[in-house]
Amino acid sequence: MASLKDLRNRISSVKATRKITKAMQMVAAAKLRRAQEVATAARPYAERMDQMIANLGSRVTDKGSAPLLAGTGRDNVHLMVVMTGERGLAGGFNGNISKLARQDAQRLLAAGKTVKMIMVGRKGAEALKRELGEHYIDRIDLRAVRQIAFANADEIAQKLLRLYEAGEFDVATLYFSEFKSVIKQVPTALQLIPAKLPEGKAEAAGGAEAIHQYEPSEEEVLGDLVTLNISTQIFRGLLENVASFYGAQMSAMDSATRNAGEMINKLTLTYNRTRQAMITKELIEIISGAEAV
Amino acid sequence: MAATFNFELVTPERLLFSGQVEQVVVPGAEGDFAVLAGHSPFISTIRPGLLEVTSPEGRQQLLVKKGVAEADPDRLTILAQSAVSVEDLRGDRLANELKAAEAQLAEAKDDHARMTAEGLIDLLKRIQLKA
Repeated sequence: MASLKDLRNRISSVKATRKITKAMQMVAAAKLRRAQEVATAARPYAERMDQMIANLGSRVTDKGSAPLLAGTGRDNVHLMVVMTGERGLAGGFNGNISKLARQDAQRLLAAGKTVKMIMVGRKGAEALKRELGEHYIDRIDLRAVRQIAFANADEIAQKLLRLYEAGEFDVATLYFSEFKSVIKQVPTALQLIPAKLPEGKAEAAGGAEAIHQYEPSEEEVLGDLVTLNISTQIFRGLLENVASFYGAQMSAMDSATRNAGEMINKLTLTYNRTRQAMITKELIEIISGAEAV
Repeated sequence: MAATFNFELVTPERLLFSGQVEQVVVPGAEGDFAVLAGHSPFISTIRPGLLEVTSPEGRQQLLVKKGVAEADPDRLTILAQSAVSVEDLRGDRLANELKAAEAQLAEAKDDHARMTAEGLIDLLKRIQLKA
């Protein structure tokens, strides 16, 4: 049985831990709100981009002119861009993305494909290093970045495009966590290259189908749009990831705070019981001592 | 007062401008073009350059980079990878842009890319002189 002093120490240490997790939870909540605002602000661009590509895609019949749409016609070399967090203490956030990436990588390897990986974020890179470290071709560190800017996404996209032009891979897939709600983040794989055309809904606004003129040609505009869209998708992935991270961290810290509270209650109960037991014991000793006299 | 139309300038980070304007001069990939109300449906990619917006409230100049412009008779949407108001382009920021443009020129593979980069450098130098 633990002594009273031990119990007191444990209670105060759990209390300190609870303060920390509580503070982290509040910080995560504030940052989550910011991240959600940024993600919302980025939405109009992506939506209009999708619409334009859908419009154009339905019109351009010769897709061979846009290499990013057509692909290389092979699928031997797969490039996986895995985006995780820079920090831990966020529940299953990093683990879930890593798990999805690991499964896909193993499936591709088992099918005899070559896998190359670009790791964005420290945690995922560390988690997969032992099994898949030999497939890493690049690591991107965003730890110093306070607020994800489009430039960060564009940098990754340019890297990807350079590799693609050099024929380093056939298919590129982006792994990130889609933000559904504070308690739900879904690890997602999104194929970047060859690009998939967003489905249907050609020109909802504007009513009467207008025939646009293109400058330069339709094919070139489509090609350009698809290229721009890669940066946009990566940007979206990064933002969703940030929001997911803080969402996961918030709920993880919330349950940690609750658990600490329960533990404190239990420990306090044990402490009081022990204290009472000791008082009772001393009383009995005194009384029996007095009776003996 | 000239007829107005709805103009939206969108960057990946946010919706930068949305409102009624009279005229917008867009740096198209194959030359500048002005859009007035009732423009025929038209889509063009844009090169880095100066975007000039004339609205009833006044004139505004922005430096835009890479993107697409979509014009319809009653609206114009520009998706730009980045857009900065010329007034905000001062000191360090301008110097950085200039450096980036020069790096682009050094990397340019074909005449078209070289010309685009040179045009951008010219433009930035002119802004620098005015500042």
